[in-house]
Amino acid sequence: MAQHQVEFGLDSFGEVAVDASGQALSPAQTVRLLVEEGVLAEKVGLDFYNIGEHYKPDFVDTAGHVILGAIAGRTKRIRLGTSVLVLSTRDPVRVFHDFSTLNAISHGRAELVVGRASQTESFPLFGFDLADYDSLFAEKLELLMKLIREGVVTWEGKSRANLTNASLMPALETPLTTWVGIGGNPQSVVRAASQGLPLMIAIIGGAHRRFLPLVDLYEKALGQLGHPRLPVGVHSLGLVARTDGEAMDRYGPRWVAAFSAHAAARGYPPPQPRQFEAEVVDGSLFVGSPETVAQKLAKTIRDLRIGRFDLKYDLMHMPVEHRAESIRLFGSEVAPRVRELLSK
Amino acid sequence: MNLTVGIVGAGKLGIALARSSVSAGFETMVTSREVENTRIIVDVMAPGAKVGTLAEVAAVSALIVLAVPLHRLKELPPTAFDGKVVVDAIYYWEPVDGDIARFEVTMADTSTLVQAHLNGARVVKSLNQLGYHDVEEGPRPPGTTGRLGVAVAGDDADAVALVGQVVDRLGFDPVAAGTLADGVRLGPGGPAFGAALTAVQLRQALGLRPD
Repeated sequence: MAQHQVEFGLDSFGEVAVDASGQALSPAQTVRLLVEEGVLAEKVGLDFYNIGEHYKPDFVDTAGHVILGAIAGRTKRIRLGTSVLVLSTRDPVRVFHDFSTLNAISHGRAELVVGRASQTESFPLFGFDLADYDSLFAEKLELLMKLIREGVVTWEGKSRANLTNASLMPALETPLTTWVGIGGNPQSVVRAASQGLPLMIAIIGGAHRRFLPLVDLYEKALGQLGHPRLPVGVHSLGLVARTDGEAMDRYGPRWVAAFSAHAAARGYPPPQPRQFEAEVVDGSLFVGSPETVAQKLAKTIRDLRIGRFDLKYDLMHMPVEHRAESIRLFGSEVAPRVRELLSK
Repeated sequence: MNLTVGIVGAGKLGIALARSSVSAGFETMVTSREVENTRIIVDVMAPGAKVGTLAEVAAVSALIVLAVPLHRLKELPPTAFDGKVVVDAIYYWEPVDGDIARFEVTMADTSTLVQAHLNGARVVKSLNQLGYHDVEEGPRPPGTTGRLGVAVAGDDADAVALVGQVVDRLGFDPVAAGTLADGVRLGPGGPAFGAALTAVQLRQALGLRPD
């Protein structure tokens, strides 16, 4: 992949934010904050702003396309996407409606990253059986891609009403690029390749190089299935601050709390004492000064041959001003520095 | 020890096990629901392993490791496993399996379900407790400092011994951890789940006597 093509984005999971004094914003204020952060992302030169999909207390990203529409009205260039849209429990027809409308509003800047879900709360909420986890995703992905690629669609399946010569409005004026988001499962990699869709890998723990076999697999599968080469992206967690020390102090305690809670819920041990530092130095976290993060990012991009990197910038009640500083530094200093390092 | 290790499941754990098994010099055969996709995966990620149908895996394997999500267990045809040594490497994982209540067992107790479904199999609980990255990166030669322990629990002494030998050859110190019912201590919420421990630490964590 030509290095100038590397693109940088931000992912939000829509967690309720806090102000400088530690006071929680209301959910509605957090929604408005996301709009401002999306606008800021364009201002500092980033390529993508993406919103997740969760249905649990403290998360406001339940209708990301509406937030993205508001950002579209105040921006000109940045692409607006999902991180990820839980396709297994969505109606692909409705997804098409929402995102072809967003694509129209934004003059073709809508993009999708769709996945099976790494959280399960949408299944009971929308009345789906988690036992159908795999088959729901496969069927819905196939339908969504027909709707996006073919215009007039006739389709039969189990998960929704059949379609006969359906042509959905507003028709796409420009393509709606769709990525498949995965968490490391090889079968999902092959599924993305078989649909001829670009791949977004979520790396939230451990060294990036562990994921190289998945990139190899994806490239090989694309070749075997007769598809052209397609981009691979990575999503990871992090925070940029003026100095390494500031970034570590801001992020460390929150990361330990978040991962301890996750571990307790899933029945595995909490992070070990030095694990945060290890994740920063040699693992998946991008926490530090602009130079530290840029160096690590350049190496990751080279090692994994990726064309896109999205930083998940909000975690466990990070104060608003730290989020804003991280977005500014990531866009205005980290991204250009990475491009410079890669051009050498 | 010249035997074939069969692996059911080509997800994260199944493929990590296949890599380690090939590295250890075992004949290795993998199967999953999507055999054609699995061929591509194994070709790139676990070269040297073979891919076959479940019947083919059952026919050639001295032991069969189950590395499928818990909610897929019921899809496996029980007769294919009659008389076989079956390693239950399954662990409950909420994001994939959903609410544990639907399984009518505790979070750590997959072996009750495996033995009830595969009622002709000689079930041993093992290889479920390390993270999949540790399965792949953890193997070390016998006697190496820091070699990780892997617990083995089961009711059939010969089956437990065989699994112990395979675990050792894969690159881990086998730690006898009691009966199949005791295997609940290896699952989520137990003292050994997700923890990369040496045999000594693992025995300690499980409250077993030093070897």
